Amino acid sequence: MPTIIKALQSQVGRKLMTGITGIALMLFLVVHLAGNYAIFASAEAFNIYTKTLESLGILLYMAEAGLLFFVLYHSFLGISIWLGKRKARAAGYEVYKSRGGVSRQNLASRSMILSGLTILVFLVVHIWSFKFGETEMIMSADGEPMRDLRQLVIDSFTTWYIALGYVVVLSLITLHLFHGAWSAFTSLGVTNKNNSQAFKLGAYIFTIVLMLGFIFIPVYIFATGGMGSLIAY
Amino acid sequence: MSTNMTIHLRYWRQTGPTARGYFENRTLSTVNEHMSFLEMLDVLNEELQLDGTEPLEFDYDCREGICGSCNLVINGQAHGPKKGTACCQLHMRNYSDGDHITIEPPRASAFPVIKDLVVDRSAFDRIIEAGGYVSVKTGSAQEANAIPIQKNDADLAFDYAACIGCGACVAACPNASASLFTSAKISHLSHLPQGNVERSNRVVAMVEQMQEEGFGDCSNFGECEAVCPKEISIAAIADTRRDYVRAVIQG
Repeated sequence: MPTIIKALQSQVGRKLMTGITGIALMLFLVVHLAGNYAIFASAEAFNIYTKTLESLGILLYMAEAGLLFFVLYHSFLGISIWLGKRKARAAGYEVYKSRGGVSRQNLASRSMILSGLTILVFLVVHIWSFKFGETEMIMSADGEPMRDLRQLVIDSFTTWYIALGYVVVLSLITLHLFHGAWSAFTSLGVTNKNNSQAFKLGAYIFTIVLMLGFIFIPVYIFATGGMGSLIAY
Repeated sequence: MSTNMTIHLRYWRQTGPTARGYFENRTLSTVNEHMSFLEMLDVLNEELQLDGTEPLEFDYDCREGICGSCNLVINGQAHGPKKGTACCQLHMRNYSDGDHITIEPPRASAFPVIKDLVVDRSAFDRIIEAGGYVSVKTGSAQEANAIPIQKNDADLAFDYAACIGCGACVAACPNASASLFTSAKISHLSHLPQGNVERSNRVVAMVEQMQEEGFGDCSNFGECEAVCPKEISIAAIADTRRDYVRAVIQG
């Protein structure tokens, strides 16, 4: 039997790890979204939430290291699969057309590398601007100093190009998940002939609900100029 | 009565494995709607021979969709436009007068062109040689129902055993992956008690060989299932992944 390292390098292992890291990242998105909605809870909720996260110390670093590992592993595999396909078909077709029917070749599945690379670049900008972004220090009701990340979010999303940029990237993540969410479970061997359609439907619903949740925030803040009634002051 | 159709062909010409290939165009004016696609190519070859030129080489054997020899890529689709149909069973009635048809060999680095539309598919043979067989003693042929097999398993094994090894899955896959072929060959044996014995060794060895032959990774495009003349489901691939994990965990 192969060693674990060899198994991970096999095409099955690579697919499996793409699926596992993908599912882990999707779960992270769920948690991320839940956190985002603190902005609608009360005037202080979002800042208290981010402060609490930062106060986790070593636990937060471990979680961040884990996420970084998942992102890098997932990207490495995706890029390597894309490079591999160019090697596996050195001479291409003059004419190429999908048969349709049960084929899942569509805009989403064909553009995984492009949507994926865009997301990767976005992540750098996103973390740079929000995690390490410049914020004012304000006092909480308990007299504790905290970063006013909430204001940074509102300021950012009332800027038209930032709001638009986020909607575009979030749409690309939606596209990525349209293929990825179902594909991940197929990669893990969970799907079979009978449940594959159900998994596909579930993946679409999950993706749409999740991503609409994300897209709503920049759209709402921009549309209301940051003064919307949902945002508590 | 059938009428003659005019078909504009554009096909791949390559004199040898290392030669530079090119496309050649020719118009046929006597194509009958009842001809199979390969019979249409026979007509082409008759014309070419009358002209004193080399006939176009293409693979075929049974011409009844069961041997897996033919594997033309027609207008960008492996075996052409018809669901569950090998190109030898594709009839010209699926085309209309004046159609343009481009014919290419399956494109994959693991399937080098031998000549014209004929490619070397011995990579598939080597995948089978790596473990696509049963080598334990299963006794002599016995009464068919002597070994009880779940209906569900028997059906799956039969579905996967329908693979004729034509290579359309590789031809159509955007990644040129051989996952469907390899998985069908792994799974049809693993679902039966005779094949179950060597299950772990088989899945590991065949997956390894598939990679070694230079086929690409699977991206779950499902194009292979769409073009498969035997309509083998990509559930076979999911099956192989489960099998592989089981093999690695059990050691």
